Amino acid sequence: MTETDVECAKQDEPSQVTATVEIFIMGKRYDVPIGFTIMKAIEFAGYQYIRSCGCRAGFCGACATVYRKGQEQKLHFALACQCLVEEGMYLVQIPFVPANKALYDINDLAPEDNTILTIYPEIARCVSCNTCTKSCPQDIKVMMYIQNSLRGNIAKAAELSFDCIQCGLCAMRCPADIKHYHVSQLARRLRGKYIDPESKELNARLKELEEGKYMDEVDEMMSMDRDIILNLYKKRKIEAQGDLDEGADA
Amino acid sequence: MDMLYYPGCTLKTSAKNLEASAIAIAEKLGYKLVEMDDWNCCGVVASLTSDDLMHHLASLRNLIRVEEQGQDKVLVLCDMCYNTLKQTDIRMKASQSDLDTLNSFMDEESDYKNTVKIMHFLEFLRDEVGFATLKKKVKKPLKGLRVMPYYGCMLLRPREVAIDDAEDPRILSDLIKALGAKVVDNPYKIECCGSYRTIDQKELTSRRAKSISSYASTHDADLIMLSCPLCQYNLDVRGKEAESMYDGYSQLPTLYFTQLIALALGLDVESLGLDSHAVDPAPILRKRGVID
Ligand code: SF4
Ligand code: SF4
Ligand code: FES
Repeated sequence: MTETDVECAKQDEPSQVTATVEIFIMGKRYDVPIGFTIMKAIEFAGYQYIRSCGCRAGFCGACATVYRKGQEQKLHFALACQCLVEEGMYLVQIPFVPANKALYDINDLAPEDNTILTIYPEIARCVSCNTCTKSCPQDIKVMMYIQNSLRGNIAKAAELSFDCIQCGLCAMRCPADIKHYHVSQLARRLRGKYIDPESKELNARLKELEEGKYMDEVDEMMSMDRDIILNLYKKRKIEAQGDLDEGADA
Repeated sequence: MDMLYYPGCTLKTSAKNLEASAIAIAEKLGYKLVEMDDWNCCGVVASLTSDDLMHHLASLRNLIRVEEQGQDKVLVLCDMCYNTLKQTDIRMKASQSDLDTLNSFMDEESDYKNTVKIMHFLEFLRDEVGFATLKKKVKKPLKGLRVMPYYGCMLLRPREVAIDDAEDPRILSDLIKALGAKVVDNPYKIECCGSYRTIDQKELTSRRAKSISSYASTHDADLIMLSCPLCQYNLDVRGKEAESMYDGYSQLPTLYFTQLIALALGLDVESLGLDSHAVDPAPILRKRGVID
């Protein structure tokens, strides 16, 4: 089927060995400890992130990474903050994808069969090569959400693309120059606004925001010293990184 | 009996009435049309260039899906999809090396084994249901209705994919007779409707629609019957537009064969999407006593 190969060891797999692996960052060789994520390994090698790094937790999509292992023919795709280094990886990060987004006012749209096609007509260029699906570090059926957008199945396109974190790798690979993640965002917006029932919880939360709930906490933080904030930041708990980081941060 | 079918994008957007009426008549005839899972666009136009294999990927992927779903036959309702899928099928059966190239490109899929038979829904009605059987099931014969059959290109060209004699097809005429209506034969039946020129040359397409429909009118046809959603769009929508280009001109209504079958089988008129046509077929159908 269209699932991408499981091609990178995820963090929750056990790693006990303390040896190193040889990796290549933009062509330059480094030895880095086994068990590091690509992101940590790049930092270990001495690079400092200015772009290509955000949440460090697999949610923001900033850390799109492309690699090949050794002499392999196949190119692999991953999120640097989620994927562990492996022997012989040739790595590069893609900090930004030029993918122009259509301007629309969601309030002026209707969830019709051709709404997405009208705003992103290039989806009709899809040749069903499935390259997008194979490039997605989130294992999303990308081609199928484009195909569902094409046939006006907005609800399905939104559902299939739910885990998209907008890393942009699909859009960099598509021979039809489709900007998949903008297309699917439109699908999710249309579904959220017009197809799914209104969320009571969301409305309650919006009301809280309008009434300024948590503003005290925000104000408190705004008046804190830089050092205190840095300290709090260092001590923060990140689920996805778990215990692996203990010591690695030092 | 369950029959797997490939819908294609058009049936999900501008030709919902074709899909709905096909499902309804199949059910009446004892078949359940089951939409195949995870289909993608057919590829729309089969590439005729020998080295352009890329454009067969879409078709072939659908055929792999059919094999994956344990079937060796798939029904197709849209003529364009039928044509595209069939051309890929023919090429894959003729060239093992092309098939190998595509199979190895799609390394995430299981290999296509060339086992699927692609059948247009019209072929299915003729060859598996049989027009004689269909005729027996007719509840309201379309007596007095004068119908001009129109094939366009996609059912008949190239010759290798044709579901009937490419120069002198009769499948639609035979069907019209089985439904109890009168056939208005015509020299325009295998002419092009303007096809995708409808996007960049609307007026040209309107002129084509007008010549086809004018012949029908001068030979006292009540309406045109066809099977292709693109022909339908051009004859109906562009034909309607021709009315504002030519003084006093009026376009004949165009119906899918499935809609006429449904009417003859006495199915619920409401569900046939008769109100989604640019040229309203209701007045003439009412006049001939086909609908109330
Ligand atoms: S669908 Fe595209 S943008 Fe979204 S996560 Fe997958 S590769 Fe990244
Ligand atoms: S990469 Fe582009 S052309 Fe290929 S399947 Fe995905 S959207 Fe279609
Ligand atoms: S840094 Fe946010 S997903 Fe990797």
